[in-house]
Amino acid sequence: MIPISWYLVLAAALFSIGLFGVLARKNAVAILLGIELMLNAVNINLVTFWRYNAPAEVTGQVFAIIVFAVAAAEVAVGLALIISIYRNRKTIVADDLDMMKW
Amino acid sequence: MSAMQVLFLIFAAIILGSAIKVVTTKKMIHAAFWLIATLFGVAALYVLLSAGFLAMVQIVVYVGAVAILFIFAVMLTRKDLRDSAAPLNDRWTMAALFSALTFAGFVALLKNWSGFGKTPSADVPADMIERLGAALVSPDAYILPFEVASVLLLAALIGAVYVASDAAKNK
Repeated sequence: MIPISWYLVLAAALFSIGLFGVLARKNAVAILLGIELMLNAVNINLVTFWRYNAPAEVTGQVFAIIVFAVAAAEVAVGLALIISIYRNRKTIVADDLDMMKW
Repeated sequence: MSAMQVLFLIFAAIILGSAIKVVTTKKMIHAAFWLIATLFGVAALYVLLSAGFLAMVQIVVYVGAVAILFIFAVMLTRKDLRDSAAPLNDRWTMAALFSALTFAGFVALLKNWSGFGKTPSADVPADMIERLGAALVSPDAYILPFEVASVLLLAALIGAVYVASDAAKNK
C-alpha cells in the first residue's frame, strides 16, 4: 500500500505551486487558477486523512464535498469580478488594479 | 514497488507537471487547459483513495463547470491574454523562494509527525455512497451544512450575475 506520506508530500507540493502562481502571476485570472490548485491540494489532504484514519465514517467525504461547493462559489464570484473590472478598466493585470490604493 | 505505487507516481507526475505549466505558461488559454489536466490527475488520486464518488464530483464540478468558467473568462478578457510581456511579475524570484520555503516547512513539519509512514488500517465499506447520501440529508448528520452550502451557491450565483451584468456598471 501507499504510505500516507506520499499523498501529504504531493499535496504540499501542489499547494506550494499554487501559492507561487498566486504570488507571481500578473494576470488576475491566473491568480484564481493558483487558488484552485491550492484548494485541490487541501482536498487531497482531506480525502487522504479520511481514507487513512476513519474510512468507515462519512465525515471526511462530506468535508471535501463542502469544499467543492465553496470552491465553485468562489470561482463564480471571482471571475464575475474580473469580467466586471475588465469591462470598466480594460485591464486584468493585477498590478494595474490600484484604484483602492492610496 | 506495487502496481498502486507505480500508478500513484504516474498521477503525481501528471499533477505536478501540469500544475507547474498552469502557473508558468504564457498563454492563459493553455494555462486553463493545463488546469484541466491537473484536475483529472487529482480525480485519479481520489480513485486510488477509494473515493469514487468524489472522483466523479471532481470531474463534473471542476472539469465540467469550474474549468469551463475559466475558459469563458479567459476568452472574455482576451486582450490581456496575448500580452507579449512576461506572464510573471518582477517579484517572481521572491515568490518562488517563499513557495519553496513553504514546501520545505510542510515537509519538515510532517517528518516530525509520528504517523508519517502510516498505511490504511481498514477498508472502505462497500455501501459508502449510500451512507454518504443518507448523511447529507439526515437531520442527525449534515443537513445543516448541506443547506448552508446550497444557500451559499445561490447567493454566489445571484451575486455573480449581478456583478458581471451591465446593471452594476451604471451605479
